[in-house]
Amino acid sequence: MSLALVGAGREAAVSPKLWRDDFPILGERVHGKPLAYLDNAATTQKPQAVIDALAGYYAHDNANVHRGVHTLSQRATDAYEAARAKVRGFINARQAEEIVFVRGATEAINLVAASFARPRLAPGDEIVLSAMEHHSNIVPWQLACAATGAVLKVVPIGDDGAFLPEAYEALLGPRTKLVAMTHLSNALGTVTPARWIVERAHAAGVPVLLDGAQAISHLAVDVGALGCDFYAFSGHKVFGPTGIGVLYGKAERLRSMVPYQGGGDMIRTVTFEESRFADIPYRFEAGTPNIAGAVGLGAALDYVSAVGMGAIAAHERELVAYATRELERIPGLRIVGTAKEKASIVSFTLEGVHPHDIGTIVDHAGVAIRAGHHCAMPVMQRFGIPGTARASFALYNTLDEVDALVAGVDEARRMFR
Amino acid sequence: MTAALRELYQDVVFDHARTPRNRRRPARSSHQAQGHNPLCGDKVTVHLDVADGVIRDAAFEGEGCAIATASASLMTEALKGKPVEEAERLLEGFHHMVTDPQAAAHPELGKLEVLAGVREFPVRVKCATLAWHTFHAALHGGHAPVSTEDGQ
Ligand SMILES: Cc1ncc(COP(=O)(O)O)c(C=O)c1O
Repeated sequence: MSLALVGAGREAAVSPKLWRDDFPILGERVHGKPLAYLDNAATTQKPQAVIDALAGYYAHDNANVHRGVHTLSQRATDAYEAARAKVRGFINARQAEEIVFVRGATEAINLVAASFARPRLAPGDEIVLSAMEHHSNIVPWQLACAATGAVLKVVPIGDDGAFLPEAYEALLGPRTKLVAMTHLSNALGTVTPARWIVERAHAAGVPVLLDGAQAISHLAVDVGALGCDFYAFSGHKVFGPTGIGVLYGKAERLRSMVPYQGGGDMIRTVTFEESRFADIPYRFEAGTPNIAGAVGLGAALDYVSAVGMGAIAAHERELVAYATRELERIPGLRIVGTAKEKASIVSFTLEGVHPHDIGTIVDHAGVAIRAGHHCAMPVMQRFGIPGTARASFALYNTLDEVDALVAGVDEARRMFR
Repeated sequence: MTAALRELYQDVVFDHARTPRNRRRPARSSHQAQGHNPLCGDKVTVHLDVADGVIRDAAFEGEGCAIATASASLMTEALKGKPVEEAERLLEGFHHMVTDPQAAAHPELGKLEVLAGVREFPVRVKCATLAWHTFHAALHGGHAPVSTEDGQ
């Protein structure tokens, strides 16, 4: 095969050039080659605005929150609460108190499993999730099941990795106590019909948690329109810092829940006989939170809003279509996850070449991709493969970077021929 | 292709990855163990037939990346016919070779030296050592599968 035709007929609808300049790390070189960062599903890079917000917070406002009468403490508290308000606006929650700051999607899901699910689960009760969940949306429920005798019900996926609506409806039953579903699969790129999933569950009186760890930086997320009871995501996958994330919960749900951890800031009064818990969301934010992280996340969401989710989605659609088309020209290459509804992710296998070897070889061409099971081992079992190589895109990626990927993968094929 | 890549993927490595030696379930085996690299999901089972302190036969089962497969293949070749003590010294030498950037030549490792290039690829070292960890577990009993993430 000749790759001479690579690049023919490409016409970028939106130019990521301007956005690239906002991300200093994209100027790095790897093995002497320009970095092509295509591992955005693992974590995204940070725009200068986020880096500046972190530095600015520590340079000018740093103090503990909700604790001091002094000026800096007030400034830090204001900055932290302003970030909460930005998150509220970004996902269209009704009230800022519905936004709980946590470490990331993983902690958000564990919080719901511990404080919402466990007290409500009895032996034989069922939690419905899909066959394409990240381990973070499986293991917390398994722990809850082990503690209560509840069981998991897994909605199968199609050969193309698509969500199967009939299979889902068939699993919703009288014992279903919760639906926990991904909004966008990190292993396959499949987008689930989240709004419909919530509608069907609510019709059966079942609350829904959506794992939005991937969706948050690729789809316009409107929790009001989705109607979900809980929505979980991580700051670091939407251009914000690591160590900060969000649990959105409907106010009435959060109010009905016991605290997750105990400590300072989450109580109203403490005696050795009893403690009275603070209102939401503070009830779930024990201890000194990641204040700078929240401020950085606020800056990241401002950045995404300024670019516009519509422009991001259009650009990524083009990248996915182009990468799919060009990769499929490589003999022996198979795309895993070809659902009609998909976004931002191209997972693939190459006959005779293990994903790890692909990852090492393209890294030497400056291309960063992920190789392995992507913390979704059940997905790999479903397709009977040990893992995939995965390119995942963000707003700053270019068609040239896709070309570098395709050339690297083709080199791996030739080396192993 | 960069020089480091060429060092890693030598012809001998490709040869053993494509046509692994001793990838079979042997009729006789006195020791065996399973190994797992949770980072990539690779699994390997090592079978040994040890009698009078000598490894009469060594074989493996499993699929992995080129480095893991070639390493298992080369290892089983090297182990066959070796006294157990000598085999354990090979294990030590191999581990040293792939983890110590300053490691001098290891003539006693013979053909295994083709995997020396892996030390330039820290994230791939575990691919090369999986079979050897599993060999060690097979020799020293222990029923739980070993993992490349255990205690190191
Ligand atoms: C779909 C999905 N859910 C959950 C997570 C967990 O996110 P974190 O590790 O940031 O808590 C990830 C991260 O890879 C993910 O892709």
